[in-house]
Amino acid sequence: MDELVATVTGFARTLRAAGVGADHERTGNMLRALDHLDVADRGEVYWAGRLTLCATPDDLPRYDRCFAAYFGGRKAALARTGTTSVTRHLAAEPEGEGGDDATAAPATASRAEVLRHRDVARLTEAERAEVHRMLAMLRTARARRLSRRFEGARRGVLDPRRTIRDALRKGDVARLRRKRHTTRPRTVVLFVDVSGSMAPYAETLLRFAHALVRSEPRATRVYSVGTRLTPITAELRHRDPGTALNEVSKAIPDWSGGTRLGEELREYLSRYSARGAIAVIASDGWERGDPALLGAQMARLARQAYRVIWVNPHKGYEDYQPLTGGMRAALPHIDDLVAGHSLAAFEQLGERLAHA
Amino acid sequence: MDIESPDKLIELLDRHAYLADEGLATAVFLALKMGRPLFLEGEAGVGKTELAKTLAALLDAPLIRLQCYEGLDAAQALYDWDFARQLLHLKAAEAAGITDVSRLEGEIYDRRFLIARPLLKAVETQPSVLLVDEIDRADDEFEAFLLEVLSDFTISIPELGTVRATTPPVVVVTSNRTREVHDALKRRCLYHWLEHPSFDREVAILLRRLPDCTETLAAQVARAAARLRQADLVKPPGVAETLDWTEALLTLGAKELDPGLAAATLGAALKYREDVASVLGNGLLSHG
Repeated sequence: MDELVATVTGFARTLRAAGVGADHERTGNMLRALDHLDVADRGEVYWAGRLTLCATPDDLPRYDRCFAAYFGGRKAALARTGTTSVTRHLAAEPEGEGGDDATAAPATASRAEVLRHRDVARLTEAERAEVHRMLAMLRTARARRLSRRFEGARRGVLDPRRTIRDALRKGDVARLRRKRHTTRPRTVVLFVDVSGSMAPYAETLLRFAHALVRSEPRATRVYSVGTRLTPITAELRHRDPGTALNEVSKAIPDWSGGTRLGEELREYLSRYSARGAIAVIASDGWERGDPALLGAQMARLARQAYRVIWVNPHKGYEDYQPLTGGMRAALPHIDDLVAGHSLAAFEQLGERLAHA
Repeated sequence: MDIESPDKLIELLDRHAYLADEGLATAVFLALKMGRPLFLEGEAGVGKTELAKTLAALLDAPLIRLQCYEGLDAAQALYDWDFARQLLHLKAAEAAGITDVSRLEGEIYDRRFLIARPLLKAVETQPSVLLVDEIDRADDEFEAFLLEVLSDFTISIPELGTVRATTPPVVVVTSNRTREVHDALKRRCLYHWLEHPSFDREVAILLRRLPDCTETLAAQVARAAARLRQADLVKPPGVAETLDWTEALLTLGAKELDPGLAAATLGAALKYREDVASVLGNGLLSHG
């Protein structure tokens, strides 16, 4: 193999190991770019690679590290950080009082009904697995909004294109055809708090998120929050909930830390937009950061989003009062504060998203 | 025009008052040499759109702009038929007693009834610079469609036939990154992330673009802008805003930036009420 080709392919491999999506096609592009540049010029080689192999600003610092390491004479030992599984993260959490009930019989209707209303944090492993199986089958509809696109209809505005077609076929402009706007599902942006205090609920919430993504793949975006904002929609697209959760657990770097929701929402709002979407925040509101910052970001979110729903596991209890600093700061900017502790609560939330 | 190196491009862009660094110049150079679209991402106001305009001037080619928005579809991006004129033609034919449908069809689907929208216009105009602005605002259906057009610069119109570009247009796609654009589209392009300019470059840009501006004022505004970008605002000022701000100051006859003048003209740099309030409240303008 040509030396240049070998060098570039090796470099792309190093980048892939560091998490940059420098695939085959992109590697080819880098080679094509080098056709026009001076391969002896370090600066030009740097840019040829950066312009063709990177695709997001997140790629850039990784690219710089790999470039320095690879073209600095030694190959970087940049492997992905070791993977950990959700179950291990949650292993430290209190088990349900029932002990392990590994040989659980298939749920009877009444038992399922009881399970639906139980707090998932207080279930045995087997019961929780049962709830997760039911969650995996949950399919939620989504509220729809008018799109800018048109479809033919009996009533609506004039459709000149079809009127002309008709007129041609029939020989005269006999009948006016009409069209109206189609509808699209409203986007849901879901933030799942994976900090320490939410650990008993995190897995169930992520499974609920999986069900949402599976129901409306193009109109659902999911982020984990804790000490940093991590997009996890792509990971949740796997058909199998177990695989999806495993991928998610690899992607999230800050399991069971504290919560800095204010900062993370600010990051979200400065990078992305929730315009017209239903924003759902699943958190107990134990904010470690400045509650004033959280309040200000919630105000911004509320101005952008169509609706803001806060899901708090503790809301499921009658004596619950939203008294934590974070919750109090966020409260004025929330449209609905709902429970999120049981399967029934998730089903209700799904209903709400269908009719928001 | 023969552009032999990225350095040559820096020089050419400079002649058109656009100061590019090595990275951007290499990106543009490769886009021209490889015939690939240039995908520019970065905060609003770092000069993405401006680059396309400058490139058009530099290549002496018309700039064709497609502004993206949600719901943008093929009819608005490619071509449309002029239905009102087609109907008139049909009515006229009817009055003249012409009933031959295939003849009528041939007549009303004639090129003169076709309205070229930006993508068709770009394919038909050679040379041209096509700016696909704020692709992140269009929806994913449109992205897929755009990918197809950008892949072979061929547009087929069922009633007329296929239009092919002999020389593909120079394409600049911009995104403010409010939404993740699909990887397939980015893979077709050269990807460049545009940063806010360094202090020196920003001073140079102000002096280059506003001949009345003194070096003192340019340095003061650039320093203030750099501080505002650090200050955790909803919308930090981009180069476009620094230019507006300096222009506002010059209009008021300012030779130097003092806190009073800065406060009075701050609206040219900051576009959110909360930002103006927090900057004035924190006394960010009073020192330096």
